[in-house]
Amino acid sequence: MIEKDKLYSIWVYLQAEPLFWLTLTIGSYLIGDYLYRRSKLFPLVNPVVISITIVSLVLINLNVSYERYFDGAKFIHFMLGPATVALAIPIYRKFKFIQKEALSIFVSLVVGSLFAIISTFALCKIFGISDQLLFSMLPRSATAPIAMGVSELIGGIPSVTAIITLLTGIVGASFGTFALDLLKLKDMAARGFGMGLASHGIGTARAMSRNETAGVFAALALGLNGIATAILVPLLLKLLNLF
Amino acid sequence: MLRSIFIIFFFQLMGEAIKKIFEIRIPGPVIGLILLLITLILLKRIKTKSVSNLKKEVADTSTYILRYLSFLFVPIGVGVVMHFSYLENNLSKVLFIVFISTILTIGITAFLMDRMNKIINKNDRKR
Repeated sequence: MIEKDKLYSIWVYLQAEPLFWLTLTIGSYLIGDYLYRRSKLFPLVNPVVISITIVSLVLINLNVSYERYFDGAKFIHFMLGPATVALAIPIYRKFKFIQKEALSIFVSLVVGSLFAIISTFALCKIFGISDQLLFSMLPRSATAPIAMGVSELIGGIPSVTAIITLLTGIVGASFGTFALDLLKLKDMAARGFGMGLASHGIGTARAMSRNETAGVFAALALGLNGIATAILVPLLLKLLNLF
Repeated sequence: MLRSIFIIFFFQLMGEAIKKIFEIRIPGPVIGLILLLITLILLKRIKTKSVSNLKKEVADTSTYILRYLSFLFVPIGVGVVMHFSYLENNLSKVLFIVFISTILTIGITAFLMDRMNKIINKNDRKR
C-alpha cells in the first residue's frame, strides 16, 4: 500500500510535468472520439466538445491554472500552423472543381460574409450589447488570428474576440449540419463552404471528417472569409461612421 | 516522413516571414498554405520521379495531420471555457446571438451556393 502522503507527492510531481496534460488531452479526445463513433457520428456528440469538457472539469476540480495546462497542451496547439499549411493538399486535389465553380464561390463568399457581420451587428443592437463587446464580436466568423487582428483594429478586445470566435466554431460544428439537413442541401461543396465560412477551422475540421469535397470547400471558405472579414468589417464600420 | 515535415514547416516559416516583411494582417500559416498551393500548381508539369515522390510524401503526411484537425483545437477550447468569466453577465445574450447568426449564415451561404452550382451544372450539360 502506498501511503496517502506518498500518493499526494506523486501527484504534485506529475501535475508539474507537461507530459501529464498532454496525455490527458489525447486521452480525453480518444474518449470523445469513441463516443462519437458509438453514436454513429451524431453531430451533437462532438469529440472536441467532450474532450474540452473533460479537461476543463479536471482543471477546475483540481484547481490547476490554464497556464500550467497549456505548458503541456502547447505541443498540440503548435500543430495548428502546419495543419493549416497542409490544407493546400486537398485544395490542390480539387483545384479543377474550384475553378469551375469560381463564380458561385465568389458570390456566396461576399453574401455569406456580409450576412455574418450584419446579422451580428443587428442582433447586438437589439440586445443592447455595449459597443466594445459589439466590436469584439463582429469579426467572429473569421479564423481566430485574423478575427483578433480585426478586433484590435476597430477597438474591440482581442482576447474576448478569441473566446467568441471559438464559441462560433463550436456552435457551427455542432449545429450547422442540422440547418443544412433542414434545407435539404445535398451539394457537398455548398455544405462545406457554408460550414467553413461561418465557423472557420472548427467547422472545417468537422466537414473534413465527414466528406473530402465538403472539407476542401470548407478550407477554401475559411481562407477566403478570413480575407473578406478583414476587408469588410472596417469598411462597413466606416460606412456607418463608427470607425 | 521527415522530408515532408520539413517542407510543411518550411512553407509555414516562409509565410511567417512574408507576414512580417510586408506587415500583412493574414496569419503566417494561411500565407504558407497559399505558397504551397502555388508551388504545387507550378510543379504540375514536372513529372520526374523525384518530384512526384516528394509530392506524394507531402500529400500523405498532410492527409495524416488533417485527419486529426479537430483534435488540435482542444487546447484553445479549454482556454475558452476557463475564460468564460470575461463575458460576465452578457454570456447568455452572446451565446444566443452567436447561435442564431452562425446557423443562419451557414444555411444562407450553403443554400445560395447550392442553387448557383445547380445552374452552372445545368448549363454545362446543355453545352
